[in-house]
Amino acid sequence: MIDYLAADVEGSRPGLNIGIFAVFVVITLVIVVRASRDNRTAADYYAAGRAFSGMQNGIAISGDYLSAASFLGIAGAIALYGYDGFLYSIGFLVAWLVALLLVAELLRNTGKFTLGDVLAFRMRQRPVRAAAATSTLAVSLFYLLAQMAGAGVLVSLLLGVSSGAGQNVVIAVVGAIMIVYVLVGGMKGTTWVQIVKAVLLIAAAAAMTVWVLAKYGLNLSSLLQDAVDHGGKAGEKLLAPGAKYGKNGTTKLDFLSLALALVLGTAGLPHVLMRFYTVPTAKDARRSVVWAIGLIGVFYLFTLVLGYGAAALVGPEKIAKAPGKENAAAPLLALELGGPVLLGFVAAVAFATILAVVAGLTITASASFAHDVYVNIIKRGSGDSKDSEVRVARITAVVIGAVAIVGGILAKNQNVAFLVALAFAVAASANLPTILYSLFWRRFNTAGALWSIYGGLAVTIVLIVFSPAVSGAPTAMIKSMDFHWFPLSNPGLVSIPISFALGWLGTVLSKERDGAKYAEMQVRSLTGIGAEKAAQQ
Amino acid sequence: MTSDIDGHGPEPDWPQVYDSPEFQRLRRSFRRFVFPMTALFLAWYALYVLLADYAHAFMATKVAGNITVGLIFGLLQFVSTFVITGLYVRYADRRLDPIADDLRAQLEGPQR
Repeated sequence: MIDYLAADVEGSRPGLNIGIFAVFVVITLVIVVRASRDNRTAADYYAAGRAFSGMQNGIAISGDYLSAASFLGIAGAIALYGYDGFLYSIGFLVAWLVALLLVAELLRNTGKFTLGDVLAFRMRQRPVRAAAATSTLAVSLFYLLAQMAGAGVLVSLLLGVSSGAGQNVVIAVVGAIMIVYVLVGGMKGTTWVQIVKAVLLIAAAAAMTVWVLAKYGLNLSSLLQDAVDHGGKAGEKLLAPGAKYGKNGTTKLDFLSLALALVLGTAGLPHVLMRFYTVPTAKDARRSVVWAIGLIGVFYLFTLVLGYGAAALVGPEKIAKAPGKENAAAPLLALELGGPVLLGFVAAVAFATILAVVAGLTITASASFAHDVYVNIIKRGSGDSKDSEVRVARITAVVIGAVAIVGGILAKNQNVAFLVALAFAVAASANLPTILYSLFWRRFNTAGALWSIYGGLAVTIVLIVFSPAVSGAPTAMIKSMDFHWFPLSNPGLVSIPISFALGWLGTVLSKERDGAKYAEMQVRSLTGIGAEKAAQQ
Repeated sequence: MTSDIDGHGPEPDWPQVYDSPEFQRLRRSFRRFVFPMTALFLAWYALYVLLADYAHAFMATKVAGNITVGLIFGLLQFVSTFVITGLYVRYADRRLDPIADDLRAQLEGPQR
């Protein structure tokens, strides 16, 4: 694991890094406070009054999606493993076509705030809402832990805080700022934080990409040659696939499993789904996905150059020795290119990235609890519960924020990519089959939804617990024991088909049918009849 | 007025709307585009993943300078994603939205 006592990055100025980050926090807090002046109803709090334009929401989606794992993780994976790191970018991008073609618009037309709304449309309310809330909370929690663990890694790397206690304080501060964003700003404030962060992140990556390419006369081939030359013995392998996943038959299957979880996970991520409710119509949901695909695609093209650029200009040895290891590739490249000031800027952007993603996850999880569990299960949708809904959501946000802080402190030595891949695998297994069946299959019913969500969740978690990611491998979470029997570190290849099969089996074994509700859902989902429009101020 | 998904006023007869020729035309047009397109991009992605996983030598073939077949395949995934996005938006704007707008106007009445 990461050696937290390793020397700080040479040339990094922690004071400067903290200063730039503080400026970002102050600017975004001002925006959040201004944006939140007219937050009143649940639609304001969860869905920003449905008043964002497609372009604004598209930028915010890319802000939500491009987490620290995307920025630091992918650039680092390409720098050390070359071509195999590229798969992450492609999987993360192609996945958006699933969201664009099959999910975004139909979901916008049939729900109000949460995944539970869509499922409850034609099934028995209470059980499916409980199931949807369970999987939403599970995915959000794994994703949150990954981001908070990533914050711990960044701290040691960028701020020169190498003591355990010092890192805990920084994680707590990040968590506290995030809670303030969510409480004060609701979805509107959080969306603006995402927009600011996305613009900064993409601009920083664009500037560094142009800088790297300019050093090689805009010739990608000579950049690759330099990366190979500096790679030593492993250098030639950077250009071919297989450096990370090509060892044997099992690692090749692991690559397939990861590829499947990546491409099917995105359209099941609850914080991405919830963003579709912040726009007035399905047409704007379509526009926002188009913007998101454009921005995310361009960003991943940048990371390709940044990854090979880090391999060429910084060198794999220096990256592997740095605190944070492969996660350090992009920051080290910034230092190499623009000195301490650019490093400080990139560090602040990376922190902002974590902060914004964590805020987006927290508001999603709190909405799911308040809307699905509190209002519709505990209070059975009674009138007075609507008034207290936002209050419950705010309390939940504080609780989730506290859990994230404690979890982040506990998980700070865990592998960030592992936690993110787990979140994607859970989303692809527990959420996506139910969403697709619900939107497209007439016969689908409550039993099918419950089997698919709970079954998919259980299979995924069991396979993860008994995988080499948890025990029995040099990179496992628990090194002292070996109780693994499942060979793959990503469960997607098995858990996703099982979850689809369970949804089908549960459906055909139950007698429940409701053709009229299916007809209503089809008409509403394709035409947008009766979908809640933008709140009129 | 903001409308609510729970619905106010008289509910349309959903099965009847569903069976109407106009809605069936919308539903067919939608499915005729998205289902084949989804199959196409998933197959194209699967081809890329399988080649990257099991055909290392082929993917490592250099085409020009250090630009390999694998790199071109990867970049083509970006191109195909952008192209499919563009095609869908054009199709939805031209072929789907007019029918959907029409149906919505009929059912929600003139106040909108």
